[in-house]
This record gives sequence, C-alpha cells and structure tokens, in this order.
Amino acid sequence: MVKFNKFTLDNGLRVIVHEDNTTPMAVLNILYDVGARDEDPDQTGFAHLFEHLMFGGSVNIPSYDEPLQRVGGENNAFTSNDITNYYITLPSANIETAFWLESDRMLSLAFSEKSLEVQRNVVIEEFKQRYLNQPYGDVWLKLRPLVYKQHAYKWATIGKNIKHIEDARIEDVKAFFKKHYNPQNAIMVVGGDVTLEQVKELAEKWFASIPAGEKYHRNLPQEPEQNEERREIVTAKVPLNDVYIAFQMGARLDADYYAVELLSDVLSRGNSSRLYRSLVQDKQIFSEVHAYITSSLDKGMFILEGKPLENISIEQAEAAIWDELEKIKNEEIPADELTKVQHKTESTMVFSEMSLLDKAMNLASFELLGDADMLNHETAKYLAVTTEQIKVAANKIFRADNSSTLVYLAEKTESALA
Amino acid sequence: MIDRKLAPEFKAIDNIKLIKPEHTQLDNGCNIYCFNSGDQELVRIEWIFSNLRFDAAKPLLNMAVNTMLTEGTAKLTAAQIADKIDFYGAFLQVDYGYENSQVTLYSLNKHLHHTLPVIADILTGSVFPDKELETFKRNQQQKLQVSLQKNDVVARRDFNKAIYGDTIYGLGASFDNYKSLQRDDLLAHYKQMYQPANCTVIVAGKIEPDTLALIKDTFDKNWQNGPVSADTTQPELQPATDRFYFTEKPEALQSAIRMGLPFVNRTHPDFQPMQVLNTVLGGYFGSRLMANIREDKGYTYGIGSGLGSFKQGGSFFIATEVGADVCKATLTEIEKEIDLLKTELVPEEELSLVRNFMLGSLLGSLENVFSHADKFKSIHFAGLDYDYYDKFTSTIKTITAERLKELANKYWNFDQFYKVIVGKY
Repeated sequence: MVKFNKFTLDNGLRVIVHEDNTTPMAVLNILYDVGARDEDPDQTGFAHLFEHLMFGGSVNIPSYDEPLQRVGGENNAFTSNDITNYYITLPSANIETAFWLESDRMLSLAFSEKSLEVQRNVVIEEFKQRYLNQPYGDVWLKLRPLVYKQHAYKWATIGKNIKHIEDARIEDVKAFFKKHYNPQNAIMVVGGDVTLEQVKELAEKWFASIPAGEKYHRNLPQEPEQNEERREIVTAKVPLNDVYIAFQMGARLDADYYAVELLSDVLSRGNSSRLYRSLVQDKQIFSEVHAYITSSLDKGMFILEGKPLENISIEQAEAAIWDELEKIKNEEIPADELTKVQHKTESTMVFSEMSLLDKAMNLASFELLGDADMLNHETAKYLAVTTEQIKVAANKIFRADNSSTLVYLAEKTESALA
Repeated sequence: MIDRKLAPEFKAIDNIKLIKPEHTQLDNGCNIYCFNSGDQELVRIEWIFSNLRFDAAKPLLNMAVNTMLTEGTAKLTAAQIADKIDFYGAFLQVDYGYENSQVTLYSLNKHLHHTLPVIADILTGSVFPDKELETFKRNQQQKLQVSLQKNDVVARRDFNKAIYGDTIYGLGASFDNYKSLQRDDLLAHYKQMYQPANCTVIVAGKIEPDTLALIKDTFDKNWQNGPVSADTTQPELQPATDRFYFTEKPEALQSAIRMGLPFVNRTHPDFQPMQVLNTVLGGYFGSRLMANIREDKGYTYGIGSGLGSFKQGGSFFIATEVGADVCKATLTEIEKEIDLLKTELVPEEELSLVRNFMLGSLLGSLENVFSHADKFKSIHFAGLDYDYYDKFTSTIKTITAERLKELANKYWNFDQFYKVIVGKY
C-alpha cells in the first residue's frame, strides 16, 4: 500500500505527495505526457533529443547539474515511446533546490545553440553505441516498422535514422517545448522525508506562476488490426541466428491487459517457465528464449525472441515456438501454474515498495493512466485473472495473420569464429 | 516575486547513520549477520562463500559450480527447484564474483518455511547432472560468441588480463575453457567450497524471532563441514609488461577505450582520498572527463573512471566508447585532464561541490535495509570495521586541494597507464 495525497495547482499541474519518513532522502519526479509517438514522422528522435536539451540550462539558471550536485543530489531521465520522465533524488533537507531547478526549466529553457550542437553529437554517439555498433542493436529499428504501419510506434525513441537528429534546429526545439512542456502536460510526484504542507507551500511558491500554456490534444492515427502474416529476413554480421516473432496486442488500459501480462509470465518468467523448460532444457532448440510485452499506452506488442542452437534451422526454431503457442491456445493452463505467476507478481509489488524512486515513478505512471490510486489495486487485478481468460487472450493474440517475424541470419566472419 | 536566479539555501549533510548487524555463530562455524528493519513482510538472505584458489588449468570451476547450483540436487531436479521457488513468489539468484560466490533468496516471510529447505538442499546436495552441464557449456559458448562482438566487453577482458595476469581477476573465459569442464571436477570443487565454515549468511529485512530460529534450524545441525577445509588463498597478481593493446575492427563506428593501472585497495590509507580525486576526474556526471569529452566535445555518450577494490589489490580505470574518428583526440583530452590535476589545484568551488555530491550520494545509497547490509559487506570482506565509514565522511569533508594534487602526481603517470583500444585508432 503506497499512501499519498494529491492536489492540482491553478495552472493545471498535478502534484502527488508520498510521505515516507523512514528515509533521510527525498525524490522529485516529473513526468511529461510526451513521447516518441508525438513526433512528426520527418523529425523522429526529437522527444529523446529534447530530453538531453533539458539539461542544457534554463532561462534563469545557466547550469542544471552543477547546483544539484552541490546540494548532494543526483538526477536522470528517460524517454519512451509514450512518456518523458525526469527525476531527482537528494537529501530531504535540500528539497527546495529540486523545486527551484525543475520549475525554472518548466518555465523556459535557455535554448543555447552550443547545447543543441553538443547534444546532437552526444545523441548520435548514443545511437551508434546502443543501436548500430552492437550485434542485434538495430532490432527495434527493423521490428517496429514491421508491426506498425500507421501508428507512430513505428519508429524507435532514438529515431528512424541519424539524419533526423543531425537536422534538428533551434526553432524546432522551441516549438516542441511550447507544445509539450507546460504544467497541464505534467505530473509531479514528491516523495520521501517531506510533508504535505511543505510540498504544497513549495509547489505554490515555485510552480504556481508558470503559465498554464496550451493543452496538447493527442490525436494519433491508430494502428488497424493486422490481417496478414509479415516477415523480414536480415543477413547481418551477427554471431548467431536470432528469431523475433511480434504480435499486436491491446493497449495498457484494455480489460484483458492483466491476463496478457500473466500469459507472458507463464511462457517466460523465470527458470520454471514453459519456454525455458521446454525449448532450452528439454528439447534443446534454443540457447535462450524470451517472451515479453511492451505495456504501451496504445496498441502494444507481444514479443517472442530466441537464439536457436547452431544445429537448429530457423524453420525448426519457429515451429518449436509455435508448438508452445498452440499448446497454450488449446489447453487451459493448470491452476497451479497460474497461481505461481500470480504469487510472483504479488511479491514483486511488495518488493517494489522497498524503493522510494520506484514508488514515485509508479504513482506518476498510474496518475497518467487516470488515477495514482490504481497502483494500490493492481495486485488484486492480477489475482482475479482466470485460466479461461489466459486461454482467450492466447487465442486472440497468437494468430499467424497477427504475426510479424524478423529473422537475423548470421553472416559468418573471422571475428565471429575467433 | 521570487528571484529565480537565486539558489535556495542548502544544508550540509551530517546525519549519516548506519544500521549495524547482530552477529551469531552456529556450531558448524557458519557466521550469521542480521539487519532487522523495514515495514514490508519480506527478507533477503545471502549465503556467501569465498572462492577456492584459482587453478589456471581449470579456470572456470568457481564460476561454473556457482552458476549450476540451481541445476539439480539428489532430491530435486532443476525444474522442481525453479517451480518451488516461483510458486511461493520468491526469487533465487546465484552470483559469481572475483572473490566470493553467493546464493541469494528474496522471500516473503510467510513463505520462508517452504523456500529455505530448497536452499539447504542446493547447498548440501547439488549433483551437477550431465545433461544440464552439457546445456550449460553449450549455452555459455553461444553467449560468449555474442559478447566477443561487443567492443566494450573485449576491451574489459584485454584490460583485466593485462593488469592482473593469469589470475581469477584477469580471466577472460575462452571456448576451450568451457569445453573442458568436467562433472567430477565440479563435484570436488563444490564439496570443498560450499561448507558451513566457509559461509557467511547475511539476513536483511523484517526479522522476527521465528525467522531467525527457522534459519538456524535449517542450517545448523543438518549441515556439517567435510574433511578438507576450503583453500581460499589466491595467487599474486601478475601485471603484464606490455602496456598498449589495440584490436582493430575495420567496420567499427565506435572505438572502446579502457585504460588504467593496478592500484591499492580499500585497506590502504590513500584509497579514500583517491576516491575523491577519482570523483573529480570521472566519477560523476559533472566530472572533468564528462564535462570535456561529452558535454563540450560531444565525442561520446558517456565516459567515466573508477576504482576497484578486492583482497589482493585493486584497480584504477577510465572507460568509454567514442566515435571511431575521434579516438586519438579522446586520448589526448584524457591526458590533458590527468595533467591538469597534476599541475593545478582543484578550485575550492569545485571541491566543495564534489564534497557535497559524495556525501549526498553516500546518504542516498542507504535507500533501505538491503543497502545497509551491502555497506557492511564492503567492509567485512575487506577485513575493515565501521570506522571505515567515519573516516570516509571525514576524508570527504576535510581533504585539501594540495593533497589531491600530490596524489595525482604520486599515482598517475599517463605514459605508464595500460591502454586498450578496440575498434579503430
């Protein structure tokens, strides 16, 4: 149970306060309701590049990091296809510094040309390091456009290609800020060794004078239902073959979301899961195999991925995955197997309460979904899932004409054999 | 109107309080340390064993035995072990490190009487079945093929090999090392290493009287030492004579750089002052290396430096991945930053920031009772006591710019650094 209070400033900023006096620290987390899905198709990677620019100084404060480090604080941020999230942890005695810094960059950035130029380079190096200079690093650049034809999920958060990042101009940065970075599009969570009164006072002091801005109304083309089998084969300088099978699934707020997540757990969570036991240990088809979902706010992906052993053909590997999917479509899973993944989810929720930052981020995410209090009812929703619902979900998702298969074929080079 | 240009007042960080453990020793020699705190009805229990002496002819035994502990006992198959743990919502982990190997259980208190017997079985009756061993050898070799395509991984392997030599610290596993693993060797290694006298148990979380009683009950009378005690000494480090290693990858977009040298460990009086100097150079986001090479030049997504500490010694290292075309330029900039710290005093403004940052990060690293247990492990296995942390905070608060400059001159000679580059140069 994560207790909290909630209030909204006149400019529309939603504020959630979670008092936890077992720690001498405080967290200030701000979620902006903007992600890669909100980008222009000709300017992809912008939400993420923008996240970097948020550290390049704001209108009244030339350096963001320096004053925070000076009071013993640390910060970071991440961008996904759905959201951009910034967080600070610092000794609670210095919490006001976090309000000062975050409110100033919500008010306005410095928009420095130098910062844009440097961060463009940094992000290009990030692109190379994580997506291009790694075996299989480009998987999301290839898989997303296979699964999504209309929706903006068809590009990865880093962007479609490096060119889009190279082309970013300061005017684009300013327009993006104006459109998305205002109190109405943000949720702030303050947690740790703080009081509700103190947070109210500091929020009023630092955030109330920020203009509300214009509300951004999202109106994205939704992805139509898939009715064709899709496939792409890539020959690449990778050491091993690799198979990805991605299915379209529902959105995070769909009623069957909980059954689908447990379905992925039954298939692939831990060493007792079906795919590991059957395909890695018993039948010896793969060296590793995984199933997971993207939990996206719009229509998501259910992904199966495995690296077949060297004596196994791609056809055999795919067939082996499909056998397991057919099995779970045709036979209801034993009650014990469902109880197992439910217990695991239940204890994961309890363990996540050990971390102040996790609690703060969770509260912000659920508030974005509609109500922070949903966090406290999540476990019950997983526990209510039935074996019948899992079977129904499996039949709905695991259809050949709902699948996109991406195969990496290893082009053997000398270094791969060394 | 508020003045947004003016930073709010801030307070110095003073109240760093560490939770210290309760100690119990069982009749079989096993030591138990308990950290009791927290609101959640859960515990983390770690069984930590010192690795056996490194044998260059059979270098992977410590790692293989640890990794395969969950693969079957005389009573339970791998599948049954996994089922039992998962059914009770628990998490079972095995971790292999340079010096110690461990088994970790995360469990809700209410299920401990189901989950603890599984651990007891693993620690007393593992059999390393042939089929699972073959699967392990094959899958590890597949993983190795992928790792060896990553420039940063190759750079780390080459660097460790250069500064530590043919020891447990310098080992980079080869395909042949995996192929030559034998079940009989694993069993013999297991029997000698996983004994109560070579085990430290660390319990953290909500510990009720019956929690501890249950642990004692499960791991005392039924767990006896064997005839041969564990030899946990390690051979001396053997740094190489060559100091420059370049592996060319003609198609690399980025080059991985790793450089540094063998260094003193935590027990040496210079270690803590060097932690401050290291932070200035490359130990946080605002460090000299980040400010110059990422935030000014944009050569990289990240660059950092660090200190490693273990029983036999330690290391100082700088690591990054940079655009292939700016690899040489990066080395020049790193050298410049090192030289600056040797020739000019760190300005008071920067030093005070680093002091506060380090104290804040120390405080922030004590997030929950698990972190208090982790702080204990760092000193306990180095043979130190809690004074270490008092000294650490006082070093951070009082060290002078002159002392930092002295240390930079004492330890950092850029030409003498071991340097590894994988990619283009």
